[in-house]
Amino acid sequence: MPGYRVQDILSRRSLVSLLAIAAVAGGASAAFAYAGGWLSPGRLQPAKIVNALEGHDGKHEGFRRAHAKGLCVVGHFDGNGQGLALSKASLFRRATTPVIGRFSLAGGVPNAGDGRVTFHSLALKFDLPQGEQWRMALNHVPVFPVATPQAFLDFQLATTPDPATGKPDPAKVQAYMAQHPETKAFADYMAKAPLPSSFANANYNSVDAFRFTNDQGQTRVVRWIFTPEAPFEELDKATLADRPRDFLFDEVAGRLAQGPLVWHLSVILPNDGDPTDDATKPWPDDRQRVEVGTLTIDRAVTEDDGPCRDVNFDPTILPAGVSPSDDPLLAARSSVYAVGYTRRTGEPAAASALATDQAFPAPAANQPAASQPAAKESAQ
Amino acid sequence: MKSTTFSGAARLLHWLMAVLIIAMLFIGVGMVSTVGASHNWLVPLHKSVGATLLLLVLIRLAVRATKGTPPLPADMPAPQKAVAHLSHLVLYALMIALPLVGWSMLSAGGYPIIVWGAVHLPPLLSPDRGLYASLRHLHTYLAYALFLTVIAHLSAALMHGLIFKDGVFQSMAAWRTRR
Ligand code: HEM
Ligand code: HEM
Ligand code: HEM
Repeated sequence: MPGYRVQDILSRRSLVSLLAIAAVAGGASAAFAYAGGWLSPGRLQPAKIVNALEGHDGKHEGFRRAHAKGLCVVGHFDGNGQGLALSKASLFRRATTPVIGRFSLAGGVPNAGDGRVTFHSLALKFDLPQGEQWRMALNHVPVFPVATPQAFLDFQLATTPDPATGKPDPAKVQAYMAQHPETKAFADYMAKAPLPSSFANANYNSVDAFRFTNDQGQTRVVRWIFTPEAPFEELDKATLADRPRDFLFDEVAGRLAQGPLVWHLSVILPNDGDPTDDATKPWPDDRQRVEVGTLTIDRAVTEDDGPCRDVNFDPTILPAGVSPSDDPLLAARSSVYAVGYTRRTGEPAAASALATDQAFPAPAANQPAASQPAAKESAQ
Repeated sequence: MKSTTFSGAARLLHWLMAVLIIAMLFIGVGMVSTVGASHNWLVPLHKSVGATLLLLVLIRLAVRATKGTPPLPADMPAPQKAVAHLSHLVLYALMIALPLVGWSMLSAGGYPIIVWGAVHLPPLLSPDRGLYASLRHLHTYLAYALFLTVIAHLSAALMHGLIFKDGVFQSMAAWRTRR
C-alpha cells in the first residue's frame, strides 16, 4: 500500500523507480543545458562576439558596442508605387511613411574622432501602418569585410590591440588575412576607395541580400541602395587626423540647418549566379535598379535628446513582403545586436560625444552648451 | 460522486501545454545562444507559441473553475498536500507571467510584437530603456524558475505513478474520465 513516509520512499522496493526518476530529471536537465549551449563552450554564441567587440574597443557603458558614435535624425519616405511589383511591403505604396534614424561611424569608441577610414552609416526605422516596422542598418560601402559570423569574431580577435603596444599584433593580423583573402580585398578596397566628405553625400547600402515577395507570391532576392542628391565629394585622407573631433557630425548638422537632405532608394536585382549569401562579394554596377521612392531627412537631434538611442536597428525587423535571405550575417546580426542591446540598456545612459556640441543647441531646460575645443583623438 | 480524474478538457489542456511549455523553454535558451540561421525562425516561433500559451492558460483556468479538480488521496499527509498545491500555484503563476513579461519587455524595447505571422499585439508599456533591460533579465530568471519547477513537478508525478501508486498520476494521465 502507498506509503508517503521517507522510509517507504527510500525502501529497496522503490530503488529502481527512484533511479529511473532521477535519470529522467537528470536527462532533461542535461538536454536543457545542451540546448542553452552551456555544455558546448565551442559554440559560436552571440555573447562571444559582443565580448570580442568590448575587448577590441573597450567597454563603454551605455553605448552601442559597435557604431558607438552617432546622431539621431528624423524624416520621411515617399514611395512611388514601383516597388510593389517586387514586394508587397507597404513602404512601397504611393504614400508617405514617417522615419527616424541614426547617422553613425563604425567602431566602439563613443567619442572617437571622425577622421577615420571607416564606415559612414545610416540606420533607419520606418513606422508603417498597422504597427509594422522596417528597420535597416546601412553602410556607405556596398560590401562587408567578412562573410560569416565566425570570420567576424576571428577578425575582431586578430585585430584587438595588444595592451603592451596599443596596436594589434601584426603576426595575428597576417595569420588572419592569410586565411581570409576576402577581408584582405576589403582592406585594400577601403585604402584606395574615396571616402565621402559628408554623411549627406554618401550612398547607403543594405550590404546583405533580402528576400522580397510581391502580392502574386513571386519571390526574389535583392539588395538596395540609397543614393544621395547631394553631389559626391571626397574626403582628403591625408589630413584626416587633423580634423576637429566631431567634424562630420557637425557638418551634417550644418547642412540640415539649411534644409532637408534627400536620397533615392533603388532596389538592385541580381543576375543569375550573383551571390546572395556572401556580403563580401559586390554585385556588378550594371545590375538592374528599380527606383522605389525617396528618403527625406529633415532634422538632426543628438542621441541624448533624440528618438534613436534606445532603438535596436536589427535588420531582421521587417514588414510583410520582406524576409531574410540565406546570407549568414543576418541571423547573426539579429542575435548579436540583441545581446548588445540588452547590455547597453541595462547600463545607465551616458552623455553622447555630441551632447555639449555647439552645432546642436541643447533644449532650453538643459544647461547652456559649453563651447568645447574639439579634442583630437587618435584614429583607430 | 466526485470523479477521480481531471476532466477531459483539463487533461487535454495539461498535456498540450506541457509539450508546448517544455518546447518553449528549449527554443528560448537555444535561440539566444546561436548566431545560426535557425535564429531567424526560432524567434518568431517563440513569440507565437508564447502568445498561444497565454490564451491556453486563460482557457485552462476557466475550465478548472467550472469543472473542478479531483481531491488528492485522503491518506496523503497534509504538509505534502500543501506542497503539491503550492507547486501547482507556482506553475500557474509562471505560465501566466512568462508570456506577459515577454510581451511587456518587447513593448518596453519599442519592438513591434508580431505573432502568428501577421497579428500585431499592442504594446503593454511605453518604451523605457531601463525597464526593457530589467524585464529582459526577469524573463530569463522566470524561465529558469519554470524549468526547475517543471522538473520537480515531473519527478513528483512519476513518484506518484511509480512509487506511491495512489491514483494521482492516473488522475492526469488517464485516457478516460473516471468516477
Ligand atoms: C556578423 C556581422 C555583424 C556583427 C556581429 C555586427 C555587430 C554590430 C553591433 C553589436 C552593433 C550595435 C548594435 C546595438 O547595440 O544596437 C552594430 C551596429 C551596426 N551595424 Fe553591424 N554587425 C555586423 C554586420 C553588419 C553589416 C553587414 C552591416 C552592413 C550594413 C552593419 C551595419 C551596422 C550599422 C549601420 C550599425 C549601427 C546601427 C545603429 O545606428 O544603431 N553591420 N553592429
Ligand atoms: C511532462 C511531464 C508532466 C507530467 C508527468 C505531469 C503530471 C501531472 C499530474 C499527474 C498532475 C495531477 C496532480 C494532481 O492530482 O493534483 C499534474 C497536474 C498539474 N500539472 Fe503537470 N505534468 C507534467 C508536465 C507539466 C508541465 C510542463 C506543466 C506546466 C508548467 C504542468 C502543470 C501542471 C499543473 C498546473 C497541474 C495542476 C492542475 C490543477 O490542479 O489544475 N505539468 N501534472
Ligand atoms: C510560456 C511562455 C514562455 C517561455 C517558457 C519563454 C521562455 C524563454 C526563454 C527560456 C528564453 C531565453 C532566455 C535566456 O536564456 O536569456 C526566452 C527568450 C525570449 N522570449 Fe520568451 N518565453 C515565453 C513567452 C514569450 C512571449 C509570449 C514572448 C513575446 C511575445 C517572448 C519573447 C522572448 C524573446 C524576444 C526572447 C529573446 C530576447 C533576446 O534575444 O534577447 N517569450 N524566452
